[in-house]
Amino acid sequence: MEIDPFIFRLSIFILSIFIGYYVVWSVTPSLHTPLMSVTNAISSVIIVGAIIAALAGNTENIFETANIFGFMAIVLAAINIFGGFLVTQRMLAMYKKKKKDKK
Amino acid sequence: MISVNLLAVFYLISGVLFILALRGLSSPETSRKGNFYGIIGMALAIGVTILSVGNFSLGFIYLLIFLAIGGSIGAFIAFKIPMTAMPELVAGFHSLVGLAAVFVAISAFINPGVFNLGMPGDIKIASLVEMSLGAAIGSITFTGSIIAFLKLRGIMSGSPITFSGQHYLNLALGITILLLIFYLCKTQLSLSFWIIIIISLLVGVLLIIPIGGADMPVVISMLNSYSGWAAAGIGFTLENTALIITGALVGSSGAILSYIMCKGMNRSFFNVILGGWGSNEQETSSSSAKEQKPVKNGNADDAAFLMKNASSVIIVPGYGMAVAQAQHALREMVDALKKNGVKVSYAIHPVAGRMPGHMNVLLAEANVPYDEVFELEEINNDFANCDVAYVIGANDVTNPVAKTDPQSPIYGMPVLDVEKSKSVLFVKRSLSPGYAGIDNDLFYRDNTLMLFADAKKMTEEIVKSL
Repeated sequence: MEIDPFIFRLSIFILSIFIGYYVVWSVTPSLHTPLMSVTNAISSVIIVGAIIAALAGNTENIFETANIFGFMAIVLAAINIFGGFLVTQRMLAMYKKKKKDKK
Repeated sequence: MISVNLLAVFYLISGVLFILALRGLSSPETSRKGNFYGIIGMALAIGVTILSVGNFSLGFIYLLIFLAIGGSIGAFIAFKIPMTAMPELVAGFHSLVGLAAVFVAISAFINPGVFNLGMPGDIKIASLVEMSLGAAIGSITFTGSIIAFLKLRGIMSGSPITFSGQHYLNLALGITILLLIFYLCKTQLSLSFWIIIIISLLVGVLLIIPIGGADMPVVISMLNSYSGWAAAGIGFTLENTALIITGALVGSSGAILSYIMCKGMNRSFFNVILGGWGSNEQETSSSSAKEQKPVKNGNADDAAFLMKNASSVIIVPGYGMAVAQAQHALREMVDALKKNGVKVSYAIHPVAGRMPGHMNVLLAEANVPYDEVFELEEINNDFANCDVAYVIGANDVTNPVAKTDPQSPIYGMPVLDVEKSKSVLFVKRSLSPGYAGIDNDLFYRDNTLMLFADAKKMTEEIVKSL
């Protein structure tokens, strides 16, 4: 008997939850806002589904209903990806240490 | 065209890069590198997906156009948004993730063949469950985040909207969604899929309207978590490792943040979800104790004099500072104080502001070095040895009642021990209670000097007289 591929994906999922748990606890509280904006950006990796949905099917007619939903999702996810990473970058650039007399 | 296995390996790599992106945030020095890893991971995922589809015809051009449209909107927002508006921005972005998840689920439902999920009307049961869960959570995230956005923006009142039977209605709707998913799997009837989405959209609204403005940090974190679970649901449908890993990371990240925020208010998660502070029950306790007590009223010169002659000052910022945009003026004041040889540090309560870490970002924006900024546990003992505590725009998080009065709704909430410092300067526009609707005992203490003014104006005046 072979193991259902679903079980493999479930294993990845569960293990990732644990990784997320430990990694996020080690995030310093002063960076919680950048944490939220960057998680926002990376959850937009959903764009890979949107790309497949948009480009799928008949090449002559790329604006079937299913494709249109794909294209709309691409726009939304792209806003998030660019907006999320750039705003995180902008925030992180502001976090500076005291110039002199380091403790 | 790349093989399916190679594709899966690339997705795994971008998943790992996303983990590193979060890992980088453990300290400000490594964080920028982390963000860079995140960007590479995203570029990799998008790149290999386009290669795998291998369709470089007209559709590909449209893809680039739509990507560019979304990208420029996103970049524009990212550069224009003021730091004080960060909570709204994050809420808005969450709604987009939610909606994108719904769209992808719809597309997969209409045209399942593309994703190897079967044919319309004959979709694999497991995929049906996954995509309807993804669509349901995505819809809840979408409308919930919009309500949160409207409340944070001030377009909608921050006060909780409640009606009787609200929780039962939500429960009933939740059960209906589950039943419909079951029904969908049995009959493949597409109508039930649409109804699931509509009900979920409704649940998103109903879930967030009863939650008050002060609980927004929990709501934002919770919606962050939801957007992650929605992505994971879609990841299962599309059998995509990058999405599954990311969804799990984001989901647990949001859940942890919600937990930290709840702990910062000493409330359980359910308590926050099931109804806000400042609802009628609590008003009785505060009004009964409302006799006119004397308050010491001061002006900017008094404050400047006190702080100039102090040897150490602790600054306690809160949401009011964000509203008044007083962070730059505050920084000027601190610079002036430092010139006089005063030791200054900042104390930040976990739930200060409207989202986790809100105050830290604002202080960072005003060029405050992050090693002068301390969390509650790190600094709370220092208040006893400090000459002046300067409370600017914070209220409930300094209320000593949380330690003394078991009757108080905020009893047990960790608070900053501001009252232990030799004198307290409290910048506030009026004596009105904070979001929790509780009178702050601190106003009437002998060592408290109230400075009634807008946070920014008062701080600027102090700078002048220093």
